[in-house]
Amino acid sequence: MKRRDFLKTATGAAAGAMVSGPAIFSSAKADARSETLLIVSESGPNNLDIHGVGTNVPGYEVSWNCYDRLIGHEMKAGPGGVPYYDRDKFKPELAEDMTISDMSATFKLRKNAKFHDGTPVTAKDVKWSLDRSVSVGGFPTFQMSAGSLKKPEQFVIVDDHTVRVDFATKDRLTIPDLAVIVPCVINSELVKKNATEKDPWGLEYTKMQTAGGGAYKVTKWTAGTEVILERNDDWVSGPMPKIKRVIWRMVPQAGNRRALLERGDADMSYELPYKDFQEIKANGKMNVVSLPFSNGIQYIGMNVTKPPFDNPKVRQAVAYALPYQKIVDAVLFGLANPMFGASADKPTEVAWPQPTKYNTDMAKAKALLAEAGYPNGFETTISFDLGFAVVNEPLCVLVQESLGQIGIKTTINKIPGANWRTELNKKEMPFYTNVFSGWLDYPEYFFYWCYHGDNSVFNTMSYKSPEMDKLINGARVAAASGDKAAYDKDVKGFVDLAFTDVPRIPLYQPYVNVAMQKNISGYQYWFHRRLDYRALVKA
Amino acid sequence: MLGLIGKRLMFAIPSLIGVVIVTFLLTRALPGDPAAYFAGPSADKQAIEEIRKKLGLDKPLIEQFFRYTADLAKGDFGNSLTTGQPVATEIRNRLPASAELTLLGLMVSVMIAIPLGILAATRPGSWIDHLCRVTTTAGVSLPVFFTGLVLVYVFYFRLGWSPAPLGRLDVFASTPPNVTGFYLIDSLIARDWEAFRSAFNQLILPTATLAIFSLAPIARMTRASMLAILSSDFVRTARASGLSPRAVIVTYAFRNAMLPVITTLSMTFSFLLGANVLVEKVFAWPGIGSYAVEALISSDFAPVQGFVLTMAVMYVLINLIIDILYGVIDPRVRLEG
Repeated sequence: MKRRDFLKTATGAAAGAMVSGPAIFSSAKADARSETLLIVSESGPNNLDIHGVGTNVPGYEVSWNCYDRLIGHEMKAGPGGVPYYDRDKFKPELAEDMTISDMSATFKLRKNAKFHDGTPVTAKDVKWSLDRSVSVGGFPTFQMSAGSLKKPEQFVIVDDHTVRVDFATKDRLTIPDLAVIVPCVINSELVKKNATEKDPWGLEYTKMQTAGGGAYKVTKWTAGTEVILERNDDWVSGPMPKIKRVIWRMVPQAGNRRALLERGDADMSYELPYKDFQEIKANGKMNVVSLPFSNGIQYIGMNVTKPPFDNPKVRQAVAYALPYQKIVDAVLFGLANPMFGASADKPTEVAWPQPTKYNTDMAKAKALLAEAGYPNGFETTISFDLGFAVVNEPLCVLVQESLGQIGIKTTINKIPGANWRTELNKKEMPFYTNVFSGWLDYPEYFFYWCYHGDNSVFNTMSYKSPEMDKLINGARVAAASGDKAAYDKDVKGFVDLAFTDVPRIPLYQPYVNVAMQKNISGYQYWFHRRLDYRALVKA
Repeated sequence: MLGLIGKRLMFAIPSLIGVVIVTFLLTRALPGDPAAYFAGPSADKQAIEEIRKKLGLDKPLIEQFFRYTADLAKGDFGNSLTTGQPVATEIRNRLPASAELTLLGLMVSVMIAIPLGILAATRPGSWIDHLCRVTTTAGVSLPVFFTGLVLVYVFYFRLGWSPAPLGRLDVFASTPPNVTGFYLIDSLIARDWEAFRSAFNQLILPTATLAIFSLAPIARMTRASMLAILSSDFVRTARASGLSPRAVIVTYAFRNAMLPVITTLSMTFSFLLGANVLVEKVFAWPGIGSYAVEALISSDFAPVQGFVLTMAVMYVLINLIIDILYGVIDPRVRLEG
């Protein structure tokens, strides 16, 4: 082709494209808008596979929507009528049937289920995926062990479409643990093809692309900028989702996320500051959902191994000197469930979280402090995680001011997010605020991690009490064997003990806050607190 | 000339080696344990140790360093843990975004600042001089994130003239095929007018933010150096010889006043490139600055090292270009090592 001819054709082609271009583009754009959900949030995933090394919380959302699990939860009406996952009711997802016997559970897989690349889902894939979750180490393996799922031998292939899970011990958390995000079913042949000797489970491959059979698949991911997900039109594990495409953009600036919502450019946003959220809620132009974290509490912790906090009287004095109501009003703008100030004659319930009987009572605090031998107070340091400074910083300032009134002088120690977990693990901070919430919503689960003498990471206070351990172990055994009377007694026992010994002072149950346009419906609350795109509808 | 450039580049090598060593040690000295961070909130000690092993952080420091330099020699900057991507790819993708924004910001700023500085210098004490003073003081004293937020509030939120501050392109526009990484140029090459318009509209506010901020040093420097030149002997001679004011100012005075302006320009450019983190945050711009800061917050070593190294190389190149420009503007300046 001569140069001149080439130029002619090129210009011709370009001119053609120019004429027809805009028209096609605009109509496509209008269509795309009505079938696409635009979500904005502060941060995005760092890994598309929950089994990966150090997958962050936004990564959980991708995994939840792109992979199927054997079972999921039914929904029930939660606070304010918002659908809330039902802890006790399971529904089939990839499995069409589940039979639980004394020491095992058998799952029959859907025969027509396929992965995104068209290969049928078989029992082999399920076993491989479950083996992977208990073998890769780190968080997934840890989460599986919380339900006594520890060894690959526990997962047995019965036939091509039947899998049996054998229980290691009787544990009431085993079945719920199969419905969390971790035990997802992965396309084993596809991943094995891309695995290497150094990486036998193919973690490098699934980090960058989804290899599942869930309702959505990731079609584009630009780390730190956006994730684009398309619906899997061949999905059979539930009713076909309404949203065809999800564009999830990272917008670091909170003010801009709010502006995008209010201008109607973004459809949904979470991680809005409490103040913004309160204002959006008040002006009523948008649908807002704000629901308490299941099994979650923000608390003030004290290291009980060192003076002055080794003295329960000191801890009680602090519990009477905290400005509870001020924290809820000024820091959270009322968006929290108080975990304090229950009336003195209220009986302890078999539930968690539940409020303590502490309230702000400076006279009592002073008296207790004098009784403990610190009539003039003492000096200490209060630490918090800068990663959640929006809440933690004003909270600590209020605590500092209030404790100053009974002579306890506190210095505030801000710890960068990257360092926070290291510091928690060391268990050396004398006095700090933190939040804990468990995926599995059972009191004994919470107490096992936070108060038991086995001293897990979350027993940040290093609290050890033989009596507490006996009650927690008792409750776990009673739950497994279904002995309700013994269970109730033990739960009430450990709640009472936790409140009188107060190694940690519950402050409030935080809320998850989501704002969306009026035409978006179908939001569901899940224990992982991320979005389930499958149920969302854009009118 | 080429030999001289080669010589200059040779001299840059020791400083680059120094940068590699210092960033490596500095990132290791940061507080915070990446293993604990990436093990997740519910990890126990054993899980953290497993992660540490996987990341190779259990090895002695010197071994980690040699492994790092060996990878560097192969052009491998390592993997970012927060975004999960190879650092080299990320920097390659993000640098054009920052560069496009910074260059455009600087261009706008130069187009306003230099005439403003010249006018202010030729009429000291006049209203234009006062205008120059006020704009530069305001520009430099308003923090960039504040200017950015105000612009977003007024032009996007209130007036709705500007598109949503959602990065380089409209959410529904498709990216032009990658040639230079500069969307304005790439979309022109592809003749994708829709993408060009979208990229251009997205650029307006962040560019204005950067321009307002970088106006001050350039305008002040132009004014000061013009004032000095205008009072010098050769300008008086030129005026006395009856040359037109235009010829005196543009041909004689401005050319001589340009050297310090160029220096300021290069400083402003390299400063903006690294420091427009805040602008990138406000406009959700996928640039290199916000990338580095996020990595720093999460103790993610590889991107921080990669960022510092890239910046060091950029500084070396910019300085070289400026030195060459000196020679072009003023033949008396020699390019020497």
